[in-house]
Amino acid sequence: MPTNAPTAALADVTSSGSTLRRFLHGLPGVDAVGLEARAASLGTRSIKTTAKAYAIDLAISMVDLTTLEGADTPGKVRALGAKAALPDPTDRTTPTTAAVCVYPDMVAVAKQAVAGSGVKVASVATAFPAGRAALSVKLADVRDAVAAGADEIDMVIDRGAFLAGDYLKVYDEIVAVREASGAARLKVIFETGELSTYDNIRRASWLGMLAGADFIKTSTGKVAVNATPANTLLMLEAVRDFRAQTGVQVGVKPAGGIRTSKDAIKFLVLVNETAGEDWLDNHWFRFGASSLLNDLLMQRQKLATGRYSGPDYVTVD
Amino acid sequence: MSDRLSVFKTYKLYVGGKFPRSESGRVYEVTDSKGNWLANAPQSSRKDARDAVVAARKAFGGWSGATAYNRGQVLYRVAEMLEGRRDQFVREVAEAEGLSKSKAAAVVDATIDRWVWYAGWTDKIAQVVGGGNPVAGPYFNLSSPEPTGVVAVLAPQESSFLGLVSVVAPVVATGNTAVVIASEKSPLPALSLGEVLATSDVPGGVVNVLSGRTAEIAAPLAAHQDVNAIDLAGADEVLAKELEIAAADNLKRVLRPQPVDYAETPGIDRMTAFLETKTVWHPTGSLGASGSSY
Repeated sequence: MPTNAPTAALADVTSSGSTLRRFLHGLPGVDAVGLEARAASLGTRSIKTTAKAYAIDLAISMVDLTTLEGADTPGKVRALGAKAALPDPTDRTTPTTAAVCVYPDMVAVAKQAVAGSGVKVASVATAFPAGRAALSVKLADVRDAVAAGADEIDMVIDRGAFLAGDYLKVYDEIVAVREASGAARLKVIFETGELSTYDNIRRASWLGMLAGADFIKTSTGKVAVNATPANTLLMLEAVRDFRAQTGVQVGVKPAGGIRTSKDAIKFLVLVNETAGEDWLDNHWFRFGASSLLNDLLMQRQKLATGRYSGPDYVTVD
Repeated sequence: MSDRLSVFKTYKLYVGGKFPRSESGRVYEVTDSKGNWLANAPQSSRKDARDAVVAARKAFGGWSGATAYNRGQVLYRVAEMLEGRRDQFVREVAEAEGLSKSKAAAVVDATIDRWVWYAGWTDKIAQVVGGGNPVAGPYFNLSSPEPTGVVAVLAPQESSFLGLVSVVAPVVATGNTAVVIASEKSPLPALSLGEVLATSDVPGGVVNVLSGRTAEIAAPLAAHQDVNAIDLAGADEVLAKELEIAAADNLKRVLRPQPVDYAETPGIDRMTAFLETKTVWHPTGSLGASGSSY
């Protein structure tokens, strides 16, 4: 009974712009000070020895190894794919990363580079990173990426419409992209750095999940403020509450600004303490990062050998 | 009796241009030569050593890429700043080494002169240890000295200031960056030197000063894969052997401890110890074709 009743209630909230607005604005406000204090206090956990080794391997398996530059060449994408499939050639017990994340026109190259390794190919789409294009253009972008073989689509929401309060437009767009993605898993990027308030991040999270996101993702990595422990904690609370209400599990992907193993492990603590162990799997939690992987590998080498490693022992990318 | 409250100085590490306490939160008591308490110095852990290496590596590109002339100016600036703090160093050296005030003053003067000496060498060492090599072919063949990279320096245990500068200055004068472990018994002059470096145009991270148990901090540095060389001046025989074995893993350059009279004018050995020679061949082009010599 408690599972069905809220689901039925949630079915109505997207029926019109005003009901959606009423629902999103009816979400409890975020206690910003409490949220940041909670995130900071969870960040002080000490993770050592075997737990650290487990966390590092888990974190490596959760990395969406990303290159999203105007200067991306097929060669660079191939190198990235090779690294994703075999992060540390000197130690084959190292897990592969979860995925490589590229622009749509590089999907085919990436697909070829990771073939047979189990590494997925994620593609940003919908006029990433600004998202300022007509819906038809965005959908064509998505279809392109899916046709080229993308396993996952990272879309950006229309922050302009969201901030203007036109939630239904954002919702409809996500639903349309969801359809265009077909079998690919859909990650919805909110660009939390542009949403101004924690309340908005909570609303965007629920909006994305109601529209059928498989993942909710903090940011594009292209603005000043990217993934922070606080906004990720907030999104983890949202996916936890959403599953409690609807039974549907949604993943979380912090992206941008996570560069060290220490940071990554802090995020894993947040996941475990907030959403729970069910999310400690690369099907449900990802890191959008590029330089993070090198630091994880260096820490892994340190644990294995007892010596501090250095940047000479990982690839330059 | 003065009615002022005493203002004690908190000695801190110097890492990456900042003054952190030890990550471990530990301190140890530093006493003068008679055993009277002087101050609490930070007792660094291996994580402080790791952070210092990261800072030194980050600073290496800029420092080694700076012109030799510029490095000379910056190091001369250090001597200027030392001169301004002369009284403080005289007191610290006198306390640390049990010297009379006049003897300590002589040591400090010699130390400042040592900085100036090495500052002058920055743009001259290349002429001495590099140059054009005669070859039998239509080529120029040029050798030039290049800095090795990040150098871990175990400062001498007894000579807490002159000895310290005599091992640190040659490392940075040639464009390397340094992680320095101060004398275990008398680290205060080294920690104060950090304050001087911070105010004298030396980019943060070029010199990093750690205090604590030499053996504890040196072990992870000797094994560190991102440290390119190690100067064992402050290690005893047993420790030096241990560290040299650990250092062999990534083929670090090792400078073994040797008896040195730091008061004497040093040769260029400490500079060349942390220089690598790069030799390039370059075709002379039309000179060979025209049959003319130079």
